[in-house]
Amino acid sequence: MNAITLSNITKTYNRKTVLAVDDVSFEVGKGEIFGLIGPDGAGKSTLFRLLTTLLIADKGTATVAGHDVVKDFKEIRGLVGYMPGRFSLYQDLTVEENLNFFATVFNTTIKENYELIKDIYVQLEPFKNRRAGKLSGGMKQKLALCCALVHKPEVLFLDEPTTGVDVVSRKEFWEMLHRLKLLGITILVSTSYMDEATRCDRIGLILGGRLLSINTPEDTIKAYPEKLYAAKSDGIYALLKDLRSFEGILSCYAFGEFLHVSLKCAEQEALSYIQSKGHTHVEFKQITPTVEDCFIRLLNQKNEGNGHKDE
Amino acid sequence: MKETVIKTNKLTKRFGDFVAVDEISFEVHRGEIFGFLGANGAGKTTAMRMLCGLSIPTSGEANVAGFDVFRETEEIKKNIGYMSQKFSLYEDLTVLENIEFYAGIYGLTDKEIKDKSDELISKLGLRNEAKKLVGSLPLGWKQKLSFSVAIVHQPKIVFLDEPTGGVDPSMRRQFWDLIYDAADKGITIFVTTHYLDEAEYCNRVSIMVDGRIDALDTPAGLRKQFGVGTMDEVFYKLARQAKRSAD
Repeated sequence: MNAITLSNITKTYNRKTVLAVDDVSFEVGKGEIFGLIGPDGAGKSTLFRLLTTLLIADKGTATVAGHDVVKDFKEIRGLVGYMPGRFSLYQDLTVEENLNFFATVFNTTIKENYELIKDIYVQLEPFKNRRAGKLSGGMKQKLALCCALVHKPEVLFLDEPTTGVDVVSRKEFWEMLHRLKLLGITILVSTSYMDEATRCDRIGLILGGRLLSINTPEDTIKAYPEKLYAAKSDGIYALLKDLRSFEGILSCYAFGEFLHVSLKCAEQEALSYIQSKGHTHVEFKQITPTVEDCFIRLLNQKNEGNGHKDE
Repeated sequence: MKETVIKTNKLTKRFGDFVAVDEISFEVHRGEIFGFLGANGAGKTTAMRMLCGLSIPTSGEANVAGFDVFRETEEIKKNIGYMSQKFSLYEDLTVLENIEFYAGIYGLTDKEIKDKSDELISKLGLRNEAKKLVGSLPLGWKQKLSFSVAIVHQPKIVFLDEPTGGVDPSMRRQFWDLIYDAADKGITIFVTTHYLDEAEYCNRVSIMVDGRIDALDTPAGLRKQFGVGTMDEVFYKLARQAKRSAD
């Protein structure tokens, strides 16, 4: 049985003038980690709110843990954990008070499901008497996850749980998600960190309210249609500018210490061009794309498509 | 000789018993893009607030844009730009009104305000959105506008506290185009980020651990020093030694 199903879900705001989610259908299997990847305003948070029964769709149907999101909203609320994009715990309550509060609301106790939250809670315990508002980003996010887990939900909804969190805490956070997966908990998660996308079982790329592709991270990368190159020279910013004004270029953007480049022309032609501009210590090699490259390609296509830019 | 625009010597901030920033000493040069990294809770925001004249240090020395962080905080504020982690534009004002408001605060003349507004709106491609409320713009646009407003008065230095948090990869790169452009014009960039690919875009990078600066070099120099291939790994190696819990 699928833990989450959506069929032809559409949601508009503002008396139907703003289309937030446009005819979206997909399924998430039990125990799967499914990543929703998309820019700000793509409709990710709206999907989360529809599935957690906080909004009602204009069209389409959806189920969570076998229940209909409209008819059986009360059952669903007891079966899901939800971490909204904005930190939404009580800032004036302590760590322990927050956790107790959420346990009580769900008719349970911290003790009852302690096994589930133990790994996370031991890290929070030294600060259990501190107010939630005084915690740092990484700790707030761990507390929020604890509060979302305290009633042992079947499905977890995590809306950008790691935004503003450092790389070490992010890594720990994902290790926890994988432990929860082993316990059979289904996870729908959105993120703006592309390295996290590769830690999902499947990812859906969403843009302008539409789901553009659903695939495993590996197959998303395999579907990248062009050859991709990494380029570098002593003057990386000058190289970026030069390549962007080269007519044989399809796309060129910074990526860590390299530029990532795709071409309309032959590799040799691009190399000669770079040489002609007087760059020194040039490196130019073909590479395997990352999920981030796939996503940037999709975004660029879209931006060219609707010609939104002024002048 | 490179012109120094930020110079600190054993700069320290305590809150009670807690040493948030612990004797940091470093220099930043004019036109440099300086990456200021560290785990959550390492002391980055506290250090940045001292350098911006928003928080008086407990001890040590620092000079920013030629002014002292103890005695000349008002002068510092006039000579720097600051884009805080929390979004600082007025959501209920339009794009144009926000630009006019900040330009006015920074003392630009009416003529300068008009020219600057035109220039920014055209550069950011916001012609169609100029009269819309900032609250209705997507996050990426807000952040680009927020940066442009932070340098509307051509400051010597601009401080950016996690300017690209939560922004998609394409928009993050557009944001960095703006940063490069500003640095090219001689504005010094002091920036924090959790996206370590962005650390590579900086001329030099410092990494804070438990309130101290434990490493400072070019990205290539740091990778070499730690014998690893990426900035991610440099960061792991340092941040894992942290004793102070990210509280």
